[in-house]
Amino acid sequence: MTTSSTPHPPRIRSAPSPRSRGEGRDEGHSRRFYAQLAFTVLVCAFLVVPVVLSVLAGLSQNFFVGVKSGLTLRWVGQVWSLYSGTIFLSLALALECLAATLVLGVPIAYVLARRPGRMARLFEELLVLPVAVPGLATALALILLYGGWRGFRASSLFILVGHVVFTLPFMVRSVLAVMAAMDLVTLEEAAASLGAGFFKRFFGVIVPNARYGILAGALMVVTLSVGEFNITWMLHTPLTKTIPVGLADAYASLRLEIGSAYTIVFFVMIVPLLVAMQWLSRERAPALAGRK
Amino acid sequence: MSAEGRPEREFRPPGSSEVAKPRAWGDHNDAASVRLAECAKTFADGTRALLPLNLDIQAGETVVFLGPSGCGKTTLLRIIAGLAQPDAGGRVFFGDDDVTARPIERRNVGMVFQSYALFPNMTVAENVAYGLRVRRIRGDERRRQAAKLLDMMHLAGLGDRRVDQLSGGQRQRVALARALAVKPRVLLLDEPLTALDAKLRESLRVDIDRLLRSLGVTAVYVTHDQAEAMALGDRVAVMSHGRVEQIGAPQDIYYRPASAFVADFIGTMNRVSGQRDGASLRFPGGMLRLPGHAMAADHAMFRPQDARIVEPGAGALTGRVAAAFFLGSMTRVVVDLPGEQTIVIDTVERRSFVNGEAIGVDVDADALVILES
Repeated sequence: MTTSSTPHPPRIRSAPSPRSRGEGRDEGHSRRFYAQLAFTVLVCAFLVVPVVLSVLAGLSQNFFVGVKSGLTLRWVGQVWSLYSGTIFLSLALALECLAATLVLGVPIAYVLARRPGRMARLFEELLVLPVAVPGLATALALILLYGGWRGFRASSLFILVGHVVFTLPFMVRSVLAVMAAMDLVTLEEAAASLGAGFFKRFFGVIVPNARYGILAGALMVVTLSVGEFNITWMLHTPLTKTIPVGLADAYASLRLEIGSAYTIVFFVMIVPLLVAMQWLSRERAPALAGRK
Repeated sequence: MSAEGRPEREFRPPGSSEVAKPRAWGDHNDAASVRLAECAKTFADGTRALLPLNLDIQAGETVVFLGPSGCGKTTLLRIIAGLAQPDAGGRVFFGDDDVTARPIERRNVGMVFQSYALFPNMTVAENVAYGLRVRRIRGDERRRQAAKLLDMMHLAGLGDRRVDQLSGGQRQRVALARALAVKPRVLLLDEPLTALDAKLRESLRVDIDRLLRSLGVTAVYVTHDQAEAMALGDRVAVMSHGRVEQIGAPQDIYYRPASAFVADFIGTMNRVSGQRDGASLRFPGGMLRLPGHAMAADHAMFRPQDARIVEPGAGALTGRVAAAFFLGSMTRVVVDLPGEQTIVIDTVERRSFVNGEAIGVDVDADALVILES
């Protein structure tokens, strides 16, 4: 949420000297600039204030009295003792989901990049379907299909399947975008001419050159997996709760401060991932530009 | 100089004596002859990219395939490389070794692409050493050879750079070093200079020429640039519509074109037609004496620089100056002959021409080109 567009210079009335044009712009700049700044601050406040309130709620003795009731880590401690299982499960699921989407997604992206055609586009669209379809429907379909396998239904593996279905298109798209930007076919032909067989080409040339796409996709997958609620809500059992499910549970059944403290824990996990993603997208732009 | 059916014998795992004592780069013994037998290529949509072709390329020879885009020259290169398969019945031999069924990675070729195709994830030196790494050459030996090649390509000291820190000309030098590092049996160059600007193209062309000669590597070079083809090729094969129209030394192609296409594609060629009269060709603008072998010809062709400007009426042809362009090293004069024929003459004479001025033109009989049929 930053001011994105530079203001246009004001309309020139009479044929002005370059200097007077510059001054006119300064004047227009300052007025527009402050208007935009005010708007930006307002929007930021709209987004940030609830977060700050939530964090304060999680740290204060009594939310209804306010911060003057005193700050405490007691609620965070309670969250830890009640819900640490959900944190570990969420982390484990995110990593498993990452592994699965890497193993599936990178080869899929490679095949799609190597064989651009109608079938490939159709498959790509099909892959994105779980993002468009409500998570509840996806989850219901999984339950209908696999619900009968008791062991599978009760394990966290069931949630993992839901997460992979949901996050795979993000990995594929991210990797595909980078692969489409590099001259994949010629790079592979060059490696082949130097004697490299398929696996050497794939792991020595293609994967390293798609690394920015893979890294961006990986961060996206982990972030989405950690925060996924819709599908997980339908697929979870009392023994397989993830952070968002636990969070809903805490807000529904415990005092507000604990739910808020839980939110803090969630932030601590998710914010570094978001920052890393942002940083990566900035790193990647010059690297791609420099290749041309 | 042929490889005599000894595939992949050059780079053994560490410890082998050949690796411990690598040859000098000037001694390129791995160069193989290339033989194409009945190689044709039909694409899935029925397009005939290449008509059946038989061709021998000597070991150490540079053959340039020259032609307009879509003439089949790149398809031919890809068939030799192993990136494309000839239609059933076609065979590719390196020396006596039938490599038709072998994919490119097992043919031990070197390839240079128009788009450089350097690996962006590796440094310059790592790019050059990639083929050696694939062949499991030891790290220090790899680095030594890469440094030597970079030195040879005037890139000494750039080994640690990233690829995107190099200019286009430097990149193509790296690509060339990378292709030569594996001591290929055949070096394949696919329009390597097309992406460069004119000046760089010239200097890199000279370098490539020097390299190909000094290393004695068998090279197949594809281009649409006739000057490049003339300068680099021991032989030039002019291609059109999937067929080799003519193959021969650059001088042969230039002075003795075998078809109208070759005559028109290479340089500028004047063509005058008229009535046969004994040993001469008569037309409204004059009369040309034909060489003895031109039996039934109704036309004659000649290069702009083979014509001399003489006094009006003194030469074989008489015409009027339609336009004259001073190009520095010469003047190009466009001459209208009576009867709607136009010819172009290049002259180094230090005089100016006036449009409409009457001039005479003389052409030696042995400079005339006459195509059969």
